Amino acid sequence: MSDLAVSLPAGTDSIGFEASGPRGPKPRHVFSRRNIFLYGTLIVVALYYLLPLYVMVVTSLKGMPEIRLGNIFSPPLEITFEPWVKAWSSACTGLNCDGLSRGFWNSVRITVPSVILSIAIASVNGYALANWRFKGADTFFVILIVGAFIPYQVMIYPIVIILREIGLYGSLSGLVIVHSIFGMPILTLLFRNYFSSMPDELFRAARVDGAGFWGIYFRIMLPMSLPIFVVAIILQVTGIWNDFLFGVVYTRPDTYPMTVQLNNIVNSVQGVKEYNVNMAATILTGLVPLVVYFVSGKLFVRGIAAGAVKG
Amino acid sequence: MTRLENASVSIQDLSLNFGAISVLETLNIDVAEGEFIVLLGPSGCGKSTLLNCIAGLLDVSDGRIFIKGKNVTWEEPKNRGIGMVFQSYALYPQMTVEKNLSFGLRVAGIAKDEIAKRIARAAEILQIEPLLQRKPSALSGGQRQRVAIGRALVRDVDVFLFDEPLSNLDAKLRAELRVEIKLLHSKLQNTMIYVTHDQIEAMTLADRIAVMKGGVIQQLDAPQTIYNRPVNRFVAGFLGSPAMNFLDGRLEKNDGNWHFVAEDVRIPLATYAFEKEPVPGAAVFGIRPEHVAFNSGSGWPFTATANVVVVEPMGSDTLVWLKLGNQNFTVRVTSERTPNNADTVSIGFDPMRASLFDAATGARL
Repeated sequence: MSDLAVSLPAGTDSIGFEASGPRGPKPRHVFSRRNIFLYGTLIVVALYYLLPLYVMVVTSLKGMPEIRLGNIFSPPLEITFEPWVKAWSSACTGLNCDGLSRGFWNSVRITVPSVILSIAIASVNGYALANWRFKGADTFFVILIVGAFIPYQVMIYPIVIILREIGLYGSLSGLVIVHSIFGMPILTLLFRNYFSSMPDELFRAARVDGAGFWGIYFRIMLPMSLPIFVVAIILQVTGIWNDFLFGVVYTRPDTYPMTVQLNNIVNSVQGVKEYNVNMAATILTGLVPLVVYFVSGKLFVRGIAAGAVKG
Repeated sequence: MTRLENASVSIQDLSLNFGAISVLETLNIDVAEGEFIVLLGPSGCGKSTLLNCIAGLLDVSDGRIFIKGKNVTWEEPKNRGIGMVFQSYALYPQMTVEKNLSFGLRVAGIAKDEIAKRIARAAEILQIEPLLQRKPSALSGGQRQRVAIGRALVRDVDVFLFDEPLSNLDAKLRAELRVEIKLLHSKLQNTMIYVTHDQIEAMTLADRIAVMKGGVIQQLDAPQTIYNRPVNRFVAGFLGSPAMNFLDGRLEKNDGNWHFVAEDVRIPLATYAFEKEPVPGAAVFGIRPEHVAFNSGSGWPFTATANVVVVEPMGSDTLVWLKLGNQNFTVRVTSERTPNNADTVSIGFDPMRASLFDAATGARL
């Protein structure tokens, strides 16, 4: 200390000099310009996106007379669950008047097998492409990726013919196959990139230990890749549940998925437009993806990052 | 190259190409039973590739590989009688240490009590008994590498392959495990093939070192021979830290005696053992910094005075950089005798301990 004092310019009090200077973390004010700008933007954007949802929920809980008053932002004076019940069990689409419940169970019967089948195949694809560098692997991979860029519209009619020829047109299993095929490029890419990022030495160690193709897949790779499976499930569940195009093309009215049925309810041109029922039906249809997003928010973001193309 | 009668591992005319790139070229090496061979070389020299070929993890382009007299060129890794230890440990993260050790045995369908017996033995040898129920993530680097060695140990194999096993560890642990691997070898007496770029590991562990460069074995010999009589300039420069001094100059014959001449430096070569009858011409003279005497009188075949340029104290000793003629020259000096910058000092050495290389081919003269 005394050495330091000597080196200071004449007239400077070394003790006072030290006590008054900045020390430790720089103080930050809650209402700094930076914070106001940052949180202000976030709040505005959040309101912008939440407002439609608010309107939907509020409207779905009102009776038709109240809706006709036109105050779409005001909360319901008298809460009624009638529109929800109607949307689920008695709204009419075409000839059927059993509400969305039929479409819901159709969608479940489409989504569950499609998700399982597509992920099972794609994960093995990705594993083989990443770890077993067979001859022509790169060519195969390129073809698969190009598949992701071909517009669906080009393939719709050929697939109609194929499904008709093998007798699956209009059935749920036909749609399951279509969904599995169309999920293949992006899922294979996802799994290949994930397995490529795992240390190669692990794979080699397992080979020295005598494990084969399936042994390494089930006993080494699968237990290590839970995150990417969750991501793939999220992607597929939301994607297939929200699908409209394939549902309307490849199924019949009694096997329509929920999205197609929703469209038929909302866009029906006969009778009074029941806004409350339409809102309830829309929320019901969107509930599954919504729940999936809420439950798995963090993993979903990670999956999008993991899906980025790597060498 | 002479063939060993009962070679544990024998590699014959091995070649490996990745497309147009040749990684290994008609490589031959025989490893005796119980021998510790170190493959040493800079990164990209093909040493790890060679090890992967021996392990069966890479398909060879040409040549044959024998392990215990059996041609295993087309065999799967598990059928080759090898155990392998990797640089990044490669432990299965979701399994406990015990499950890691037993994985290969369970895949092979070995009886439970036999598995337990082998794990107990490996754990005892490597002193990892308290760690058996832990996951790899709860282990330190040194413990992980011990488990990785254990995984090779339980397989009861003839040949151990090590792929830079200590490169991920810090300097202190590396020194400890180096000794443990050496002890393990003397205890087990297995054949071991060990890949490293660390010359200290190579010198301390090996019965024989194979120095590799560009997919070709430059020299395969006992560590002391490689250190003292390197066959070419690459081997001479690669081994030894601090590196060998190289002086560019000419080989001349005056009055029936050979001399190495670099401008005003003139080194008599009367005591140097030439490989074959020399011819005059451009040459490189190499001598290790520790073979040069410093300020120790004039009793040497060659003496000179030089100016100190830089002094690098390293604790146990000091490296002194000099200008000899106009070329850089280093001398290793005990710490007590450290000179100051710009001092003029005298050096001396016996060319008997030096190496002479052809300037064009780099081959030892």
